[in-house]
Amino acid sequence: MPRFGMVIDTRKCVGCMDCVVACQTENDVPRGYCRDWITTELRGSFPDLALEIRSERCNHCDNPPCVNCCPTGASHVEAFGRTVQVTAGKCIGCKACISACPYGARFVHPQGYVDKCSFCAHRVKDGIDPACVSVCPTHCMSFGDLDDPKSVVNELLRTRKNHTLLPEAGTRPRVFYLS
Amino acid sequence: MLEMTTTRHNPLIDPQLAVWSWEIPVYLFFGGIVAGMMVLAGVAMLRIARGDDSRSFFSAQTPLLGFILMNLGMLALLLDLTHRLYVWRIYTTFQWTSPMSWGSWVLIVVYGVLLVSALIRLPDAWPWIGRRVPLLKTLSDTIVARPPWIAALGWTNLVLGIGLGIYTGILLNTMVARPLWNSAILGPLFLFSGLSAGAAVMHLASAALHGRPAPQGMVGGAFSAMLQPMGAQPPDRKTVDSLIRFDQLFLVIELVLIALLILNLQTSSASHAAAVALIMTGPHALPFWAGVVGVGVLLPLAWQALELTHRVAHTVVPALLVLAGGFTLRWVMVNAGQLSQIVPVASLGQ
Repeated sequence: MPRFGMVIDTRKCVGCMDCVVACQTENDVPRGYCRDWITTELRGSFPDLALEIRSERCNHCDNPPCVNCCPTGASHVEAFGRTVQVTAGKCIGCKACISACPYGARFVHPQGYVDKCSFCAHRVKDGIDPACVSVCPTHCMSFGDLDDPKSVVNELLRTRKNHTLLPEAGTRPRVFYLS
Repeated sequence: MLEMTTTRHNPLIDPQLAVWSWEIPVYLFFGGIVAGMMVLAGVAMLRIARGDDSRSFFSAQTPLLGFILMNLGMLALLLDLTHRLYVWRIYTTFQWTSPMSWGSWVLIVVYGVLLVSALIRLPDAWPWIGRRVPLLKTLSDTIVARPPWIAALGWTNLVLGIGLGIYTGILLNTMVARPLWNSAILGPLFLFSGLSAGAAVMHLASAALHGRPAPQGMVGGAFSAMLQPMGAQPPDRKTVDSLIRFDQLFLVIELVLIALLILNLQTSSASHAAAVALIMTGPHALPFWAGVVGVGVLLPLAWQALELTHRVAHTVVPALLVLAGGFTLRWVMVNAGQLSQIVPVASLGQ
């Protein structure tokens, strides 16, 4: 059984937000909300400045606090791909998962249930990349099986310096950023 | 230097987390009061089972009022849910890693225990129902005639009350993303705050019909059964004083736990120190210091000390202050907690 993850090359990302729009279109994300977004981080002091542009989303953590605190099992780890998913029909809208997520990846859908990035599970099960990965004009995003040593994502992680977001939270995120 | 910009703009998430409004503090507040009342009722039941005069412990008659308050808390919780038609889903599963799942199931047991406990006094406290529904009288007499049953009920109230009180704190405590809540002291703090609030509610209830015999009719009797725990006669001064002494103890322990919570977070990681600064000097400092510590603990502590030494007359003011402080504690912790977040290691020192 695969364990899906995403690798994003911050040296290629230009922050064009194509991934954001593609996601909103593909997943019918309500107006005014987003499942993925662009974060720009500027570090250092002039002239030693470092800029990192990241396409961020749910990290589909290996140790997901949102799943652990969900009282109904609506937030769960899907058997196929080990991704974190929300079953709308089980969600009561208590918002504990939103409070528990260190990444602010979740929101309350206007229909009341909690929503977030699904890694485009409906596409992935048919062998197609998530919408954001498919449309990226700089090809900075890669998607694949982290448990497959020969996958593209593992090849990138082996050969490039990379980091995850807030590793100190102990959530073991599965979206990696190449720097 | 660190500058971060984001295109994310999700309502209630950005610019800062605000998914929980007044409903959750109200729910935690009423849950805490009921927990406190259950513990006090449990202790009273154990002493009654031992043969002490039941009229000395008006906490033994509080479960009915607790039942009503629990419903108010649950109503607040229901109002907070954004997908509330699916609320039944919580009772089709048990998620052992989720404090909310544990709490939901514990609350079912709490409801049952409160109702059974209320039976002990109900036919006497509300004679109208006792006459109309003889079964209640029979059940009540059956329990009252068997001290081991009262003792078992007492222990159940005691254990469940402590569990419920701690749960209201642990519910927040387990969320890794909110450093202000990442202290297990929150459990006992909310428990002792609930105990003092529970004692305050019982104090108010005892004062509601002070000095007058309770009404016996359908409506008046129902109210007095909840509000005047002693039933037909108001509690004597000694009983009220012992409740105040209990409250003094709870307030002192609460103060110590608040100090420990601050110490715990302040001496922990940068994220925790930044989180506790929100209530020490930040945007929630005023409600915390003035509302929680001043009005909620120090003022009633001093006021009740004067009452016990007969320097001022007994009033319901300290009880009202304790309740105001108890609610403010939960309001501050829920709101400041949502503001707190993990400080990224990468941004430190730059």
